[in-house]
Amino acid sequence: MSSSVADIPPQFEVVDRPLDTQMTISMGPQHPSTHGVLRLELVLDGEMVVKATPDIGYLHTGMEKLFEYRKYQQGIVITDRMDYLNPLGNNLAYVMAVEKLLQIEIPERAQVIRVMTCELQRIASHLVWLGTHALDIGAMTVFFYCFREREKIMNLIEAASGGRLTPSYFRIGGLMMDIPAGFERRVQQFQNELPKALDEFDKLVTGNRIFQKRTQGIGYISAEDAIDWGLSGPSLRGSGVHLDIRRVNPYSGYEKYDFEIPVEQDGDVWARYLVRMREMRESHKIVQQALSRLQPGSVKADAPKVVLPDREAMKTHMDALIHHFLIIAEGFDVPAGEVYQPIEASKGELGVYIKSTGGPKPARVHFRGPSFINLSALPQLARGAMVADIVAIIGSLDIVLGEIDR
Amino acid sequence: MSENILQPNDSTPQITASEMMTPSQIATALQREHPEWVSEVVDAFGETTIFVPREQIIALCAHLKATPGLEFDFLSDLCGFDRGPEEEPRFEVNYHLFSTKRHHRLRLKVLLNEEDVHVSSVAAVWRTANWHERETYDLFGVIFDDHPDLRRILLPDDWQGHALRKDFPLRGYEPYSLE
Repeated sequence: MSSSVADIPPQFEVVDRPLDTQMTISMGPQHPSTHGVLRLELVLDGEMVVKATPDIGYLHTGMEKLFEYRKYQQGIVITDRMDYLNPLGNNLAYVMAVEKLLQIEIPERAQVIRVMTCELQRIASHLVWLGTHALDIGAMTVFFYCFREREKIMNLIEAASGGRLTPSYFRIGGLMMDIPAGFERRVQQFQNELPKALDEFDKLVTGNRIFQKRTQGIGYISAEDAIDWGLSGPSLRGSGVHLDIRRVNPYSGYEKYDFEIPVEQDGDVWARYLVRMREMRESHKIVQQALSRLQPGSVKADAPKVVLPDREAMKTHMDALIHHFLIIAEGFDVPAGEVYQPIEASKGELGVYIKSTGGPKPARVHFRGPSFINLSALPQLARGAMVADIVAIIGSLDIVLGEIDR
Repeated sequence: MSENILQPNDSTPQITASEMMTPSQIATALQREHPEWVSEVVDAFGETTIFVPREQIIALCAHLKATPGLEFDFLSDLCGFDRGPEEEPRFEVNYHLFSTKRHHRLRLKVLLNEEDVHVSSVAAVWRTANWHERETYDLFGVIFDDHPDLRRILLPDDWQGHALRKDFPLRGYEPYSLE
């Protein structure tokens, strides 16, 4: 089942040439179904794709270089702009990596709020994926329903952090601030509404014969190939690999939550679709558990040299004022060393590698973006597909170009 | 397909304590059995790093992937690091390995001198290394020998220099100009 090593990248091997002519066309970078500025160089034989070569980098902004010129806490705002559909996940991976270097403990309440907001963000990310994926295949209505639900999550994230697309809500050592009064009631209200909306999506899309025909048996990848290509997240679980970092390398207290890991065996676009649809219901379960675990307490770690003091303490305590000044003006020293912190982001394994040589700025920050690696498997997935299926395959990988190009 | 990969129900494969080896134990065992592959082992922050002589990287990776009990079948990440132009060896290449069956992680590290920034490509071991290595080549100028398609990936083909090197200025060598 797994093809040999010699065929990276897929060379011009022609399986079937009904017209005996080949044509090379450029799909993108302005194509609406490439989810950003992605260009595909397609070698076509009739309507069949002989070879697909992704060309990326149109959105490259040198973010990893920027980190080296910013203090650790200033890096958080850069992470928002990578995978802009899952900014809280990016925040989390980054602050957790720094916290690992600093070896500070995060209070329980902050952990629970992190899990709750990250799972809401996962639902929001999957909703954008569902809306755009269905839109690509021709089901336009779904898009509006998905964005209606996503808007509710955006409002919740805005209520907690003040930002919608770029919340920067997590801080090294905890959260920017506690959730506002009445937030739990608003989350509960959303929780009550979501299952009905998910049922609606199932009626609109899952039971849709056209959608099924467009996705079943398209873009197949076997479990061995998926692992070899480094696929992660729902794209890997759609090929029957039972793997979720929240379960196997738990973080932020995920080991205390009861949730299932949706796995589908077929390895096609349809299987990846089903995995994400079921994941939204699992995230819904986790948010509900997080709500019930929420206890009063501090949302900032007890690390005065790293975590900004409360405003009130700053006005009355000299040492708090000094710490505030030092953190803002000079930053804080992070011990020399290197860490790799993986999390299960909405698109797969998001890993942050930080190398510190001491001092207030990192020597190197590297993001292992799941979109970047998932896209690299596209030549394998697209070989032999029809041109019209390419948009379905790209949609099933759930890529965000902001993260791919960084 | 092996039974380990396919887990239709929601249960993580149970591994008994006797056959579980921590990454640190794996590194120590490797150092004992194959001293030529391991030049140094570092345990820090709960992570294990093996320093590998660059000639040995392919042999070690193939061994780690294929050996039962280790089964590092998933290359999580591969990234470069520049220690700075005055340092020697100047460049580091980090390989973050993961096992989808055992769920353990390991970091391999290869050190490269500035005048000879060559290391063998591991794309033949894990195909996912392809784009990781292209990125590292693009941003650090590390040349991966026997790579199937070593081209720039993020920056334009005509870009001068390697942007993540420490001596590459943040705003580039030339001031921005429309002329």
